[in-house]
Amino acid sequence: MSHDQFEVLSNQAVAVCAVFYFVAVMLHVAEWAFARSVAPARVAVGPDGEPLVDAAHQAADATGRTAQMARWGYVATVVAAGVHLVAVVARGLAADPVRVPWGNMYEFTLTATLVVVIGYLFLQRRLEASWLSPIVTGFVLVTLMVDVLLLYTPVVPLRDALQSPWLVIHVIAAIIATGAFTLGGMCSVLYLVKARWLERRDVAADRPAGYLARVPGLEQLDRLAYRTHAFAFPLWTFAALIAGPIWAQHAWGRYWGWDPKEIWAFITWVVYAAYLHARATAGWKGRQAAVIALVGLATLWFNFVGINFFFGSGSQHSYAAELVARTLGG
Amino acid sequence: MSTTTQQEREQRQPDAMPLAPREFGRWAWRQFTSMRTALVLLFLLALASVPGSVVPQDGVDAFAASQWREQHPDLAPVYDRLGLFDVYGSVWFSAIYLLLMLSLVGCIVPRCKVYLDALRAAPPRAPRNLERLPEHRSFATDEAPETVLERARGALPGYRAVSHEPGTLSAERGYLREAGNLLFHVSVIVVLVGFALGSLLGFKGGVIVVKGNGFANTLSQYDDFVAGKLFDEKSLEPFSFTVDDFDVTFITEGREAGMAHEFTADLTYRRGLDGEPQRQQIAVNHPLEVDGTKVYLISHGYAPHITVRDGAGHVAFSGPVVFLPEDATFRSFGVVKVPDARTRSGQPLQLGLEGELYPTYGFTMRTGPFSAFPDDKDPLISMTAWRGDLGLDDGVPQSVYDLDKSGLTQLKNDDGKPVRLDLPLGATQRLPDGLGSVTFDGISPFVKLQISRTPADWLALLGVSLALLGLLGSLFIRPRRVWVRVRRTDGDAGGPGRTLVEVAGLDRSSGGDLSTRIDTMAAQIKGAGREEP
Repeated sequence: MSHDQFEVLSNQAVAVCAVFYFVAVMLHVAEWAFARSVAPARVAVGPDGEPLVDAAHQAADATGRTAQMARWGYVATVVAAGVHLVAVVARGLAADPVRVPWGNMYEFTLTATLVVVIGYLFLQRRLEASWLSPIVTGFVLVTLMVDVLLLYTPVVPLRDALQSPWLVIHVIAAIIATGAFTLGGMCSVLYLVKARWLERRDVAADRPAGYLARVPGLEQLDRLAYRTHAFAFPLWTFAALIAGPIWAQHAWGRYWGWDPKEIWAFITWVVYAAYLHARATAGWKGRQAAVIALVGLATLWFNFVGINFFFGSGSQHSYAAELVARTLGG
Repeated sequence: MSTTTQQEREQRQPDAMPLAPREFGRWAWRQFTSMRTALVLLFLLALASVPGSVVPQDGVDAFAASQWREQHPDLAPVYDRLGLFDVYGSVWFSAIYLLLMLSLVGCIVPRCKVYLDALRAAPPRAPRNLERLPEHRSFATDEAPETVLERARGALPGYRAVSHEPGTLSAERGYLREAGNLLFHVSVIVVLVGFALGSLLGFKGGVIVVKGNGFANTLSQYDDFVAGKLFDEKSLEPFSFTVDDFDVTFITEGREAGMAHEFTADLTYRRGLDGEPQRQQIAVNHPLEVDGTKVYLISHGYAPHITVRDGAGHVAFSGPVVFLPEDATFRSFGVVKVPDARTRSGQPLQLGLEGELYPTYGFTMRTGPFSAFPDDKDPLISMTAWRGDLGLDDGVPQSVYDLDKSGLTQLKNDDGKPVRLDLPLGATQRLPDGLGSVTFDGISPFVKLQISRTPADWLALLGVSLALLGLLGSLFIRPRRVWVRVRRTDGDAGGPGRTLVEVAGLDRSSGGDLSTRIDTMAAQIKGAGREEP
């Protein structure tokens, strides 16, 4: 296959995996919708106190359908992830010479979303975090759409500055950390939503359990969020504060130059460090910690999207705009 | 503090005395070294870093900073006073991170002591009621208590296990977690020291060298130079080099046409004042290193050779002139200053030329002149000419890339239109009024090099690597305590007694999965012999 054909293959694979993600979202939404009708543990009771057979029957039926939807949703997600992987690999093979597919924002997003899905599939198998499924598949679908519509860049060879083994090391660590932080952020969002829901429910205790009944308890959410963040934080430390500076020293002659991208990577690091400290501090546990984690996620995404667009020309990391050679005037 | 009950506090309230200075100091220090203060300082640090990404920084891009100052004459003095052009060297930024470091030291030193004590201490005695612990299992067995305890010891590899009293076992593991935590925090200080040394003693300079020319490492040869506060000019390593050749390949076909790659510059360098000449090729990501000073290839451009003959027929100027690239097509801007020309009658005259270079000239009525390709396939210079006072004599330093037109008048043709010199390679064009001529003799590439030295970079790298190691330890090592208690119970109905075994665990960090661990441990203590067929 020629390089051009690989590029076409990559683009088509992105479209195909988006369709599968869409199917997965639909199935998981259907799963939750079916589950909602059975979520209250009580079975509808007739006026004479006898359970309404019809209702019980219906509930059992719905439970079966829920499980089926969940299973098919999972299968669709696995298939989508496989096609997604093909898209990423083909993207790398499309370049001449062949290279790692992390040369610009489009490719970075393509890979980071794949990391989110793989991370989710891992959590799903190891920790039975199936309640994450609609959120993850929905998020990945929307992000892929944005990626294709707004960030798409045709395949071009890497600029000289990017041709270094440190590209592989620095960027893959950053991508995995970004994916894991994103998953952790989802847990933190659910934590906040669920905490709020529990508070409200105290007021109206007889309100039927909503969708959130499927989400695990606060303590478990908090623990999962912490574990995801604890996995991502050392990776981010390595990507932003070790591999990045070493490469910068090789390429630009300074290991830390307060470039906007570096500044925001540092800010992200400091905020997540605060998150880890907050979890160990009385009065900051739980809700405050979750908020800090989300602030960290916001700085992370801003660094990725915002810096390239708003500070583009001022940053040596500006790969959104295609600069042939950055020349320092003056 | 938190153990003080409401009642006690109320009792103390009436005769509460103002705190003695000593007590107040102790209280303040405790507040200052608390995690809460550290959290606030961390947030302040994150917040204080933001302006540096918005306002151009003197130390990062001096050119952008000076441009910003020109565009905002009202705001610039205010920003200057606030240190917003040098955020990371400003008083307030330094104050935040120094306070953070102080708070960190105040937190770490006592914890080191506590940790050393804990290292020597034996695991604590078993609590009286093991069933009150978060994870607790109990079962009965026919085996002797001693056998069970012995097996329990075997089921706790990596634990420090002690039997304080007969029938109990206390075990603890994960001592390295706190060590990792302490290592991380100490390493942060090491990084800061390394970084501070680098920025105080290091320097970073830029120089543009036209192919064929040389450079000697002295301050006067730099185009721009930024050094740390403690940098000593005498510490510049004496070395010199010439740029023998520069090569760049432009992709000529396909979607990426015009993109440059494979930049290489061939240098001949001498170590010291009279070292042996050595040759080395440098490229992006492959600098030249001479005694700790590194020479990086940053960018490149063109320097057309221009000769200006004056009205008297003498060569008033001749040589390569650096034109700075303005865009990806290498349309470049440059200035020629001719301070010592003479008119035909011998009067002194200053001439100035300014204009653009198009490496591969193209022209359409719609776009005007443009550069069709970044390579110098068909170069053309298009310049306007000026006469008068170049302003070189008033002592104010001037940019060589900028013509100060306040004392200059533009040369015009007979028809009153400004003179435009459009010179393809090798062409000569006369200036009006017999002022002389301008020739485009040739074109050479130039390279922009960055020459820099960051002492103690190894210290910063060591620090950050140790910090990562400590971080991994503090996040993934699980400190855990396990207690086992065995008790002999009398058999009912005169039968043989049984041994009641209790196993309980406590995770001293969050995020662990204690319950499955305790389950397997209980199963192991039950022993293989008891497995039902």
